[in-house]
Parts: sequence; structure tokens; C-alpha cells
Amino acid sequence: MKAIVTVMLKNGVLDPQGEAVKSALGGLGFSGVNSVRQGKLIELDLAEGTDPAQIDEMCNRLLVNAVIESYQLDIT
Amino acid sequence: MRAAVVVFPGSNCDRDMVVALRQSGADVAKVWHKDADLPQGLDLVAVPGGFSFGDYLRCGAIAAQSPICRAVVDHANRGGYVLGVCNGFQVLSETGLVPGALMRNSGLKFLCKTVGLTVETQDSAFTAAYSQGSEIQVPIAHHDGNYYATEDELKALDSEDRVAFRYSDNPNGSMSSIAGVLSANRRVLGMMPHPERAMDAQMGSADGQALFRALVGQTTQA
Repeated sequence: MKAIVTVMLKNGVLDPQGEAVKSALGGLGFSGVNSVRQGKLIELDLAEGTDPAQIDEMCNRLLVNAVIESYQLDIT
Repeated sequence: MRAAVVVFPGSNCDRDMVVALRQSGADVAKVWHKDADLPQGLDLVAVPGGFSFGDYLRCGAIAAQSPICRAVVDHANRGGYVLGVCNGFQVLSETGLVPGALMRNSGLKFLCKTVGLTVETQDSAFTAAYSQGSEIQVPIAHHDGNYYATEDELKALDSEDRVAFRYSDNPNGSMSSIAGVLSANRRVLGMMPHPERAMDAQMGSADGQALFRALVGQTTQA
């Protein structure tokens, strides 16, 4: 089974990299880009039947810093 | 005073930290990240700067889960002193020993220069030899030093007098210009600037000496 963890900065936390990407898009002539948020995607290849609670624990203990980040977990 | 300097793969300020502590009179050992135990009878653990584990995932995140860091957290919970500088501050924030997080510099550039810091409190073993409100010159060298904490945490840091240093001229977008913070028991200090690189006038500044002298002096009495 696979788990996809999408990690994003929490709303309200300034994202300087997203701001720089937004400004670069503007520099390329793309208009109407209201905001850019940059995050990361972590793909886990897991043993079948891994308990989703254990994946949450992986996120909370290592993959995500809850002070600044939030995550979404998709299991396939 | 007995001190240990933690070494991770990618640490690069560990030797400078050892020299600064020895120069100040401490008995210093290096400890490897895979060690599960710290030397017996230790007063201080210093977590040095560098790029532990290549800054993979988040700066300090993987180092914070290493066996030695569990021992460092236990040491801090017993009331031991811990100093985290630069990547060491990032590691300590990832362990939760100090509040907040260090994000990418607001200007996105790696910053390597000497900056002015205001000493915000004298009430700690680290800052006792400075006068409150004085400005000291200490180098910074980081890409991710932009301090973030929630409004509530910032209020608590202020009301409990736990901001150790603020930048005189905020270089990296840190909230409230915070350069260094203390734990609730005031025995853990995390700071982005490098006091171990300011130990001699020939290095551009000797303003870091007072931090190490005060720290070694206070803990020697124990």
C-alpha cells in the first residue's frame, strides 16, 4: 500500500518561497496569480495492512513539524 | 564544568564549539549521534552548527530523532544545561526543548555576516555576564533562521523574560526580531548567531567570550 503525505505550511505562516515563485511568475508575464504556497509531497511505500494510526504517528513524530506545518494523508 | 559537544553527520561547528568551551575552562568531550548515553556527571550539552543530515526533510528534524538527542532531552529534563547554536537551535526546536520553529530566511538568501544583537535578559547562566540592553557583535551563517512562534508563544516568551537576544537590525524576518530563546527553566538556550565564532578580536569580535565564561563559571559552582 502507498501513503501520500502532502505537507503544507499552515495558513497564516508566511511562505517566502511561495512569494518568490509568485513574483517569478509575474516576471514571466503571467497575470492573475493571487498567491503561491509551496509545500512538499512524501510518498511512503508501506507493508499491506499498515495501521493508518501508525502513519499519523509517523507524520506527527517526524514528517511534519506541527508548529508550522499541516498535512493531508491519502492512502491508496 | 563538564561539557559534551554532539556531533552529527554534517555538523561543521563542533570543533569551534569545543575550542570555545575549553578556552573558557570546561572539560569537553565530543559525543557521536548514535551514542545512546551522555558521559556521566555532565553539566552542559552543546549542539553545534552545521547541516546535520544534509538538512533533509527539515533543518534539524532527523538529528532531533537520533539516539543522542533522546539523551539530550533527558539531560534537559533533569535540569541540565543545553546550548544549541544555529543548526543546534534548529535541532532543539525540533525536539521541543525550546518553543517555535526556524523557517527559510525571508529574503531567501543564505546570510553570512556579523550582526548586532541586543541582550534582552541577564537572567540566565548564558547571559549573566552581559549587561541587559547592551549590543554585542556576533556572526550569523544560516539559510533557515527566520524564527516563527505563535502569538501565544511570543506573548509567553515576553512575559516570562525568555527572549535572550534580539537582532538590532532583523536580517532574516524573525518574528519580534528574535535571535535566541530560553526554555521555561532558563537552562536551555537556542540561538542562531554563533558566539563560538566571536571568541577573539582577531576573529572580528570577542563578544562571545562572555557567554561561555558565564556559563562555565556558573556551572562550575555546582
